[in-house]
Amino acid sequence: MRCRPGSICRRSGSSRVSAREAILGRIRTSLRRADGDGAAERVRAHIDAHAVSPRPHITGDLIAQFRDNAVRLLSTIAEVPHVRDVPATAAAYLRAYNLPMRAVCWKALRLLDWVNNGILMEERPARATDMVGVTEVFCAIAETGTLMTLSGEHTPPVSSLLPETHIAVLRTSQIVPSMEEAWQRLRYTVGEMPRAVNFISGPSRTADIEQTLTLGAHGPYRVHIILVSEGDSRV
Amino acid sequence: MQLTSHQFKTRSREKLADVNLQGALKKLQGNFVKGRSDRVAELENFPAIRDAAADIRARTLANLDVYLEEFERNATARGATVHWAENAAEVNRIVCELAAKYAVKKAVKSKSMVSEECALNDALEAVGVEVVETDLGEYILQLAKEPPSHIVAPVVHKIKDEVSDLFAAKHGLPRKTGIPELCKEARDMLRGHFVSADMGISGANFIVAETGSTMIVTNEGNGRMVTTLPRVHVAITGIEKVVPTLEDLSTLIRLLPRHATGQTISNYVSVTTGPQRDGDTDGPQHFHIILLDGGRTKLLGGDMQDMLRCIRCGACMNHCPVYQSVGGHAYGWVYPGPMGSILTPMYVGLENARDLPNASTLCNQCGVVCPVKIPLPDLMRKLRERQFEQGLKPRRETWGLAAWRWAAQRPRIYATLTKTAARVLAAMGSSDRLIHKLPFGGGWTSGRDMPAPTGLRGKTFRELYQARRTVKS
Ligand code: SF4
Repeated sequence: MRCRPGSICRRSGSSRVSAREAILGRIRTSLRRADGDGAAERVRAHIDAHAVSPRPHITGDLIAQFRDNAVRLLSTIAEVPHVRDVPATAAAYLRAYNLPMRAVCWKALRLLDWVNNGILMEERPARATDMVGVTEVFCAIAETGTLMTLSGEHTPPVSSLLPETHIAVLRTSQIVPSMEEAWQRLRYTVGEMPRAVNFISGPSRTADIEQTLTLGAHGPYRVHIILVSEGDSRV
Repeated sequence: MQLTSHQFKTRSREKLADVNLQGALKKLQGNFVKGRSDRVAELENFPAIRDAAADIRARTLANLDVYLEEFERNATARGATVHWAENAAEVNRIVCELAAKYAVKKAVKSKSMVSEECALNDALEAVGVEVVETDLGEYILQLAKEPPSHIVAPVVHKIKDEVSDLFAAKHGLPRKTGIPELCKEARDMLRGHFVSADMGISGANFIVAETGSTMIVTNEGNGRMVTTLPRVHVAITGIEKVVPTLEDLSTLIRLLPRHATGQTISNYVSVTTGPQRDGDTDGPQHFHIILLDGGRTKLLGGDMQDMLRCIRCGACMNHCPVYQSVGGHAYGWVYPGPMGSILTPMYVGLENARDLPNASTLCNQCGVVCPVKIPLPDLMRKLRERQFEQGLKPRRETWGLAAWRWAAQRPRIYATLTKTAARVLAAMGSSDRLIHKLPFGGGWTSGRDMPAPTGLRGKTFRELYQARRTVKS
């Protein structure tokens, strides 16, 4: 019997391998599968086609739909013409909610002029005690008002998770109709699945006690989206 | 989780008398039932989306072996380790061995019904690993040492005051009375656990063959914590959870939260693929995935296969008049409501859950709302037939049916017997025209009343029919 690489069966005998063979064997028997019945080819063809199933028609003004749906899920939105306006808008937001003027951000945002807008910014992954995390996003979904982020060396997921306030910088050109387009974009621009793809739809919430909605369960209490309308410009 | 499904009737009686539970179940109906219907109404092509979702699940099950191997290949290629487990005991053994291998002292868990199937917490605690449930509802249940009563809203049976007392007793902090304050207290307690845990244990709503990814949805964000912070991540799921592509996943995610909680999407949909990459500053160093059979292959290829399409949304229970009356605990195992009435007997044996296939009025509310079109009432009816074939029906019921069959084949005798019965029953009806206790049928009337035959001092159908025909002609 073959021992699967990395499996702990090397230490404790070969029962793991036999569980695998036994389960797959029972499936094949139950499904009356025969060798060369074309199942493998059909599966391959289905996967490679990446067929999109029927879904809601998301047409018209994607930005407006994203905005409406994000607000419905209790995110807040500010709109600015240029990315250089982000620090001032973030500062205004933090002041308005009486939040600390101290934050951590992803690498791509580090060169913005935070200091002259009164924000003490550090470029590093958030820790459990950080109060404000500022990130970019990979794209955003109009259908539900959702942000999509990818993990990576310079885009640590903890920064949108641990702080009580998450500020996300989104460009209008990043808004796609549905999750299906988001996957397409991921395939074409990144190619490989990152360790974590996180879809974020508003502040963390729970309704476990008496079905009463309460914000800030384990993740952020607030998600503030700064929507930048200039085309594809980068920092 | 300990199986108590054989006590369905006794438990139901207790639950019907539980005022707090009855209030909570009413609210659940309001929130989840209305939420679902509003969210579904927003989709102009809902029937087509639902067909597609059912199709995706059916197609995957029809090629389950190939999709599982594809999943395993892709997950392994990205650095995850895939384990296969025949049953709950094997899942527990694998997790305990991993805990030993990585010197794990504390594990944080996000809600996983499969781990409830396995009673994993007990197994880990037995080898000295501290396990902390991090979904607020599950955390409350862990402190209270109670099982969940709903697969989406596990603590729906508890009221706020009970949580206040529980937290005050267990946390040793001043008693809080507001729900936001209670949530904040749990957040602070659990934050400490998230950062100090060595292992994160999660379920998976789906696993994706194309990429070897596991996916979980949460609203609280605990799912993200559990899969991001500890140095080891173990995802445990059933073999039926595989979907072919990310596009297929998108279709299912469109329906799952709508049917579960009345949301267009859950707050966090997290798709994780393999362990930490070069350069990553967070994420687990080791990622293990355990695929559990646990009775699932028994459903494949037979008349119960459709049940494996289930995406665990809970809509069938939210809409079930029996669940709405007795809540989840009465069902006595991990899965309550109509889906549980099929899964429990199939996974733990029909003889251990005799009442469950009968705990339904077959009104088909569940079948109508199921996002993947599982014909739940048909399946329950089939289980009832199986019970009959295996002689698992109460003896009195079998004898009664045999006696009826004998009489029904003899029209004269049948007429005399029914005439007498109708008269006697009419006389038995109390002032409200209901019979509260039926001789030889005490089991049946203990849970319901029987309307006494009315009109003309209890005529049989045949007598009434005869009378009408005479008048007409
Ligand atoms: S049987 Fe259908 S309605 Fe019930 S939990 Fe499963 S998918 Fe949802």
